[in-house]
Amino acid sequence: MKKLSKTISITLKVWCQRGPDDKGHFETIGAQNISVHMSFIEMLDTVNEQLTLEGKEPIAFDNDCREGICGTCGAVIDGQAHGPQKATTLCQLHMRKFSDGDTIVVEPFRARAFKVIKDLVVDRSPFDKIIQAGGYISVNTGGAPDGNAIPIPQEVAEKAMDAAACIGCGACVAACPSASAMLFVSGKISQLALLPQGKPEAARRALNMVHTMDACGFGNCSNHRECENACPKELSIINIARLNRQFFKASFFSDLA
Amino acid sequence: MQFDAHIPGGPLTEKWDRHRFELKLVNPANKRKFEIIMVGTGLAGGSASASLAELGYRVKTFCIQDSPRRAHSIAAQGGINAAKNYTNEGDSVWRLFYDTVKGGDFRAREANVYRLAQLSNNIIDHCVAQGIPFARDYGGLLANRSFGGAQVARTFYARGQTGQQLLLGAYSALMRQVAAGMVTLFPRREMLDLVIINGQARGIVVRNLINGEVESHAADAVVISTGGYGNIYYLSTNAESSNVGAIFRAYKKGAMFANPCFTQIHPTCIPHTGDHQSKLTLMSESLRNDGRVWVPHNPGDIREPQNIPEEDRDYYLEQKYPSFGNLVPRDVASRAAKTQCDAGRGVGLTRCAVYLDFADAIKRDGKDIIAKKYGNLFDMYELITDDSPYEKPMMIYPASHYTMGGLWVDYNLMSTIPGLFVLGEANFSDHGANRLGASALMQGLADGYFIIPYTIGGYFAGTELSPVSTEQAAFKDVTQSANESIAKLMSIKGKRTVDNFARELGQIMWNYCGMSRNDEGLKKAMKQVKDLRAEFWENVLVPGTDGDYNKSLEKAGRLADSLEFAELMIHDALDRTESCGGHFREESQTEEGEAMRNDESFSHVSVWEYEGSDTIPKFHKEPLVFENVELSQRSYK
Repeated sequence: MKKLSKTISITLKVWCQRGPDDKGHFETIGAQNISVHMSFIEMLDTVNEQLTLEGKEPIAFDNDCREGICGTCGAVIDGQAHGPQKATTLCQLHMRKFSDGDTIVVEPFRARAFKVIKDLVVDRSPFDKIIQAGGYISVNTGGAPDGNAIPIPQEVAEKAMDAAACIGCGACVAACPSASAMLFVSGKISQLALLPQGKPEAARRALNMVHTMDACGFGNCSNHRECENACPKELSIINIARLNRQFFKASFFSDLA
Repeated sequence: MQFDAHIPGGPLTEKWDRHRFELKLVNPANKRKFEIIMVGTGLAGGSASASLAELGYRVKTFCIQDSPRRAHSIAAQGGINAAKNYTNEGDSVWRLFYDTVKGGDFRAREANVYRLAQLSNNIIDHCVAQGIPFARDYGGLLANRSFGGAQVARTFYARGQTGQQLLLGAYSALMRQVAAGMVTLFPRREMLDLVIINGQARGIVVRNLINGEVESHAADAVVISTGGYGNIYYLSTNAESSNVGAIFRAYKKGAMFANPCFTQIHPTCIPHTGDHQSKLTLMSESLRNDGRVWVPHNPGDIREPQNIPEEDRDYYLEQKYPSFGNLVPRDVASRAAKTQCDAGRGVGLTRCAVYLDFADAIKRDGKDIIAKKYGNLFDMYELITDDSPYEKPMMIYPASHYTMGGLWVDYNLMSTIPGLFVLGEANFSDHGANRLGASALMQGLADGYFIIPYTIGGYFAGTELSPVSTEQAAFKDVTQSANESIAKLMSIKGKRTVDNFARELGQIMWNYCGMSRNDEGLKKAMKQVKDLRAEFWENVLVPGTDGDYNKSLEKAGRLADSLEFAELMIHDALDRTESCGGHFREESQTEEGEAMRNDESFSHVSVWEYEGSDTIPKFHKEPLVFENVELSQRSYK
């Protein structure tokens, strides 16, 4: 049985930035007696309690569900979005992954399209704009046929679910050398293009979402696969291939071309 | 004050149809003249925002997160119930209705619950049309599982992420309406107060969580769907920002609060590990379909679970409830776990946990089948605890999860303030004293997609509304008082942090107003909460400034509400001397230690009216009339 009392001491180099127009700088903060059972977010809580009692301002960071599903939290830890553990959001990364004496560098998700609001908090509203451009099936409430009227092969439903697992955290953008949002966009486009319900609007969706992504200032995919590696929900870049297919099909062959 | 639930007449099965016919309609061309404020974008608020905009109403939607997609409905794992009877097991609208009324221990309105069961089927159809990737059988039809004590498989699911998928469906529909210009979105806003003009809800005052500005917004009606108040216990499965603020402030403005003491403690959460803990993570109770719950027979048996032989294990749920076994309802399973741990038979570091063991299921079905069913949950468990449930039994313990109580609403989901509607977990309406698994998603979406679009029209069509503007004194006054409370919190500059106070409040409520309650403990809690509230207003330390992103300030405001609201919960728990559902009063139990209802004295909704922050709230009673089901003592033996 694991010991309750195992603790470590670490040094944080945290990005501090008053607001979008501030230049920002790294602040060095020591944290002692950090239980290895803490999540990274709980460690930050502990540090913030200490800073508050010292009369300093706590580190600003976004978080909400603390169970890896809402997509609110996120930071770049030692150069990796959401930290060193695969398929893990920051709130699910535990301090047992770090060693006593470690220096940990903590930065916000940086991208031209994600403006820094304060410290580790960034503005990810461009993701909402992309969804507004077509990340839905245009069906009003009322009048849907019986759920079983549209059989969907299990494998197709499973693939759609794989693509739908995206939590919109933005790690893919932070990890990408060109700050591209292709993995995020491709998740929604794949989910809806795979399902029969989504096919009528597939062409319009692909064109509008991709154009909006460009307009928001995200870069292009350059096949580094860093997004896939950073994704806490392990979205595959197969989705990007599917997006490209949808986009080219829509660009050349659809009525909208 | 008189309040009428406005339950339509006629037979139960025809009430909703009849009501829809009797509700006055707003002409399609006139709908755009009405503006609606929506607070909260979970399943209820998100679906309502989208559906109302589709009808042509102008909607302003506010959420506390940076995007509507992050509302805490997203964390619901297990599934959503519907009476489709796709499995041919004899399910029906009537059976779902009956199970829900019984599961709620006969403390919900028959008419509301029946309507919920009726609408359950429409929800599934609509969500499939939206492209929700529900689980499917090989033939391509929708798959179902049995969930949370139901004896039929009526739960639809999308892996262990059903809430996420349903929420993203509602969010997508909402985004479509934003693009169409029908919804204006206000993210990162927290509702601070309700504005009432001529006795009608006509607007809200919110704090912009980025720049701290207090803003006011006017409309023709206000709809609150801000979820529950489970965070009162500090450690809960709720998200950080889930809070009682919006509904509590509406309560202080005259909306009555129903059954505040009805809270749900979920049996299968990951146990806590130390004082740093900020939340507890739920493990879907679908795990109880295959996992077996046990503790060592002998208190203090600290052997590793795999070294404890069968004869030294007590599968206490299977023993005590042979017909339901590990699938007893949540309240029963939670209390049973507490009883074991109180008797010293708890396991794990803190001795506050029981085992949930999959060894037999893996032996029976193979690891692959179990992984397919629960893989993502097992992974999540391992991420948090560093133990693999494939190798070692999980450890679980109950945690605060859901609150059945909420603002009182009538059959139209309107509170006692005209023009203030309340949806989803924020209202009290459908779950009685205990919510069944996979019923929260159903209620949120029924309220949002299929009820409010009709009933709000009935309100508009039958109500005289004068023009209002945020320049009016009512808005100015509320804005000023909101600014004053913020300034007060900033000015105290005491010695204790907000979280430190919040932990203490949580501990008091968990100990005395949690899974098990008694007169003496509740009175003790009342005194402790009062003292803590007094200290809070003298000694809280809020760092930073009010014109900035400031989480500590946000949390301080919420805690100030919780400290007052805690007293209301305790009042209600003291008043209800019976046990029912999640409300277990030790004074009212059977010889076998099961909850004992007192239908003669307590077959009612307890409705509380605010009378001032240091005055005992005024009690009202909405009698519950059961014409279609026979009240019985729940038995899961």
